[in-house]
Amino acid sequence: MTITIETPAGAAQTMVLNMGPQHPSTHGVLRVVLELEGEIVVKAEPVIGYLHTGIEKSCEAKTYSQAITLTDRLDYLAPLSNNLCYCLAVEKLLGLEIPKRAQYIRVLLTELTRIASHLVWVGTHAIDLGAMSVFLYTFREREEILKIFEYVSGQRMMTSYFRIGGLALEPPPGWLDHVRRVIDALPSHIDEYEDLLTSNRIWLRRTKGVGVISASDAIAMGASGPMLRGSGVAYDVRKAFPYSSYDEFDFNIQTQTAGDCFARYQVRMAEIRESIKIVRQAMGKVPAEGPIRTEAPGIVPPSREEMKTSIEGLIYHFKIYTEGFAPPPGEVYQVIESPRGELGFFVASDGSAKPYRVKVRAPSFINLQSLPKLAEGRLIADVVACIGTTDIVLGEVDR
Amino acid sequence: MESETTDKSPAVQKLKEWDAQTITEVIEFRGETTVVVPRDHLRRASEYLISEPSLRFSFLSDITTVDRFPIEPRFEVNYHLLSLDRRERLRLKVRLPGNDATVPSVVSVWPTANWHERENFDLFGIRFEGHPDLRRILMPDDWEGHPLRKDYPVEGYR
Repeated sequence: MTITIETPAGAAQTMVLNMGPQHPSTHGVLRVVLELEGEIVVKAEPVIGYLHTGIEKSCEAKTYSQAITLTDRLDYLAPLSNNLCYCLAVEKLLGLEIPKRAQYIRVLLTELTRIASHLVWVGTHAIDLGAMSVFLYTFREREEILKIFEYVSGQRMMTSYFRIGGLALEPPPGWLDHVRRVIDALPSHIDEYEDLLTSNRIWLRRTKGVGVISASDAIAMGASGPMLRGSGVAYDVRKAFPYSSYDEFDFNIQTQTAGDCFARYQVRMAEIRESIKIVRQAMGKVPAEGPIRTEAPGIVPPSREEMKTSIEGLIYHFKIYTEGFAPPPGEVYQVIESPRGELGFFVASDGSAKPYRVKVRAPSFINLQSLPKLAEGRLIADVVACIGTTDIVLGEVDR
Repeated sequence: MESETTDKSPAVQKLKEWDAQTITEVIEFRGETTVVVPRDHLRRASEYLISEPSLRFSFLSDITTVDRFPIEPRFEVNYHLLSLDRRERLRLKVRLPGNDATVPSVVSVWPTANWHERENFDLFGIRFEGHPDLRRILMPDDWEGHPLRKDYPVEGYR
């Protein structure tokens, strides 16, 4: 890669500096071309695409079920949110109704995903701004949540646990006790992080009044999630367009009005606490027994036992795993609230067993577009804080 | 193709009252409303949808293209709009022929469209007229072809 440093003709003495694509605070392979006047950022331009892997194109060559494994790799800090959104989109296309038990388990696990994702965010953002110790604590707690995922799905990160029509496996016995242990310990840990950060004077100096975006700008730039709520817009897909029985849960939308990095930090910390509330409610709602997959012969695989004892079960099992299934022609757009904002899947079917087109509305991609607005006119050091609070995952930005 | 259905969506009703020419077709599927708009009316219709006080589609969620190759008109560009206060979603669809895949840019209406349009240009070769900075965004600048087109092989050209 060639690095170009040039002085624009005529202008005052400015310098062009490449930040990234290999830079510890760009969280992956983001490159930001900064035009500097001294230490002040005159112009910031994100350059992306270094992690482009053609996931949308690959989906077109796989059956609907196979494509689930690709969705894990988009936002690798919240694989279950991606699984959920894709499955909901295909289920909408098929017109499937999911059993309540599976819906509650989906809510429980995606909220744990949100907690895990926000924990990574707090830790890495703090390390970017020089607060080393928080990182060590948040990763300790995140690991406990990943252990739950491993216990339930067999995988720490690339779970692919949600399937079209329900869940992949029956959760192992006693898994809720495991969740309860982790969830009961969490609130005091969150207090610890807040003790370390919320009234820390260095932290306040680095985040308050930095990277301000107004509500109207945030809407115009299509920002969503904590980016939007930190600017005072109370929009949360879970409330606005409830999916997977979110309307049965009692929780609040967390907003702040300042629109700066500190506001976004506050929103995310408060969201962790809200998610703990939702997980607690979900634990009470999940029935001990019941179907985890909907009955849809030819679309949803039969249970292991049915496959081994009935001829129809065997035929369906064979057909689903060799040919797949063909939804009716049509297009759907499904959105959910991922830890980063409004995650959308647009799925178009042409009536064959493979999706004709899958488009991911990646919240990181669109939130990142606001970075020049946040960073211009500020110091280089503030760019780090701004990138941090947009909470990007490059796997999702570049797809 | 005037559809006679009793439209549930207030947006479709309003659009019809405002200028029936902006609607070629209304598609209802799985509770989602799609309005097919002629290319020449896209900018006008967008400006109306964002500024009309009873609609206020202030949030552009996504722009995406579907390539229907070899069927003509080949490209369908979809705009997913959201009204934040009224909690309504609407999809605008513009159909474009393969030999003239140009559509007016909506960056002046929704600034967020900037990167969306660059992405559709990069991966599909749709040209957005009036876009301030139409360059590739995900693929390298010297890349040849538009990878998400249906006549582009999945493994790429070797």
